[in-house]
Amino acid sequence: MRSERAGLGLRIAAAGGLLYLHLPIAFILLYAFTTEDKSYQFPPPGLTLKWFAVAWNRQDIWDALWLSVEVALVATALAILLGTLAAAALWRARFFGRDAITLLIVLPIALPGIITGIALRSTFGLLDIPFSFWTIVTGHATFCIVVVYNNAIARLRRTSPSLLEAAMDLGADGFQTFRWVLLPNLATALLAGGMLAFALSFDEVIVTTFTAGQQTTLPIWMLSELVRPRQRPVTNVVAVFVIAVTFLPILLAYRLTRGTESMHGTGK
Amino acid sequence: MEGAVTVGVAAPSPSIRGRRAAMAEPAVRFLGVHRHFGEVRAVDGVDLEIAPGEFFSMLGPSGSGKTTCLRLIAGFEEPDAGEIHLLGRPMRGVPPYERRVNTVFQDYALFPHMNVLDNVGFGLRVKRVPRAERIRKAEAALALVKLAGLEDRRPAQLSGGQRQRVALARALVNEPEVLLLDEPLGALDLKLRQEMQSELKGLQRELGITFVYVTHDQEEALGMSDRVAVFNRGRIEQIGTPPEIYEHPRTAFVAGFVGISNIVDAEAAVRFTGERRPFSLRPERILLDPPAGAVDIETRGRITDIQYHGASTRLRLVLSDGLELVVERPNTEGTDGALAPGREIRLGWRRDAMRPLRETGR
Repeated sequence: MRSERAGLGLRIAAAGGLLYLHLPIAFILLYAFTTEDKSYQFPPPGLTLKWFAVAWNRQDIWDALWLSVEVALVATALAILLGTLAAAALWRARFFGRDAITLLIVLPIALPGIITGIALRSTFGLLDIPFSFWTIVTGHATFCIVVVYNNAIARLRRTSPSLLEAAMDLGADGFQTFRWVLLPNLATALLAGGMLAFALSFDEVIVTTFTAGQQTTLPIWMLSELVRPRQRPVTNVVAVFVIAVTFLPILLAYRLTRGTESMHGTGK
Repeated sequence: MEGAVTVGVAAPSPSIRGRRAAMAEPAVRFLGVHRHFGEVRAVDGVDLEIAPGEFFSMLGPSGSGKTTCLRLIAGFEEPDAGEIHLLGRPMRGVPPYERRVNTVFQDYALFPHMNVLDNVGFGLRVKRVPRAERIRKAEAALALVKLAGLEDRRPAQLSGGQRQRVALARALVNEPEVLLLDEPLGALDLKLRQEMQSELKGLQRELGITFVYVTHDQEEALGMSDRVAVFNRGRIEQIGTPPEIYEHPRTAFVAGFVGISNIVDAEAAVRFTGERRPFSLRPERILLDPPAGAVDIETRGRITDIQYHGASTRLRLVLSDGLELVVERPNTEGTDGALAPGREIRLGWRRDAMRPLRETGR
């Protein structure tokens, strides 16, 4: 019989892989508490909570944070609306070019952010559109829509088309069918997609760099802090915060879609 | 409780019955209806009339157009040509939600995010029936299909048979003029199916609603229906009562699809009928070793195969001229050991057992 335990080599490799993935994050956490503010020396000479207080009192951090939150919220809302509509349109329709359109919708997330960024920047330049809150939102919406679309279309594919016919058969017009049958069926998928979209938008750097102009979102602020070091551990404090803000929605989204799988999976 | 149930759910009031009788309009009428999907003529010129209160079955193999006809009545499809009338009203352009018909879907199509009570009450909710009345009617409908007590369950927590009943209650609670059933028993096992057949028939008699029942199962159609339409390639081959369909099939297709039949072609028929016209001869109408005077036509054949079916035995015989016949022999006196493959035997049938068929090939 083969042993149930993996071989020693494999276990070391797995542990090494996990360390490689998560050790840097652990260091970010650690240096949020260091007493030394010029360079990262190991081990930290001492631990303190004062950088949390410093970060709390920095107006530039708050400004960047609010901009990021607002952008993420608006981009997510836009993505839920457009992503759902796109999914609904491509779910049952059979028309020439359908596969091409599906590809076009999904492409922005496969495309390197730098391509999306340059493309948007030159488009804004050509059309003489000044950088604003809305140019950032537009940039983020390109990939947020994909996340929502993917979640929505996956749920729709598991939904029997006769469900909508049944609603109509029972007297529901188009809007009532949408409101009482289609939307509740999609709800958890949209919530999950929305949270993923929010997380993606909240920590986006590359596309933002090309579409933000002089505005500073939180990730951009962090990038600039690294270049010009000033109270270095403050950046780590913000990083800890970003980890929390993006990790929780993703975890929640995962749990949400997993929990409903069994229920929607039983078609008959 | 029984009385309350029938009042609460879908029993047509005397005035409705009266109106129906006075108008004498068929519940459903097809006038030269066509529905094509690209090159496929799913429905290829169908005319029919279904009387109010009738249990009407559409029987045919898959792809014969029966389900499309049902969807045309429900309004999920519009005819490319021809007209459909429901109780005398032309239905062209009327969306499904404005037709007084309800459907029991093949896959039940229960709303997975609602419990049983909300599923059944859905039609009333859309019509803005007050909550208390909605619940009362939904509960009555559930009692009617013997599901009282399962109101809070989700569809995923029900068995196939229970889901079927919820789908039925959800349709019946709206008191439709016509109830459309799309192979509703197809997914159930044999025993449950037979149970539901008699229950459905009982419900239909009790409520007096017109049932239009789509099935590919000829036994189901014969056993439940007032009349049956046999579909083949988008057309109706024959409409009639179950005995008419079974005993007087007009085409080889009907004779072969509904039950088993010996279809004797025009050439071979001359010898028995003196006419060059094919006929159908049901296996149970052929007698082996017939007593004198019991049959009009007598011949001899050799047994080639014997299949024991419990209540009856099915034999395959070949006549001296090469004609093959299937014979169904009831095992009323136990099995007959004398029957064995290779044995020569006398057989015969009465003249009226031979049912002339319309020349095939249209």
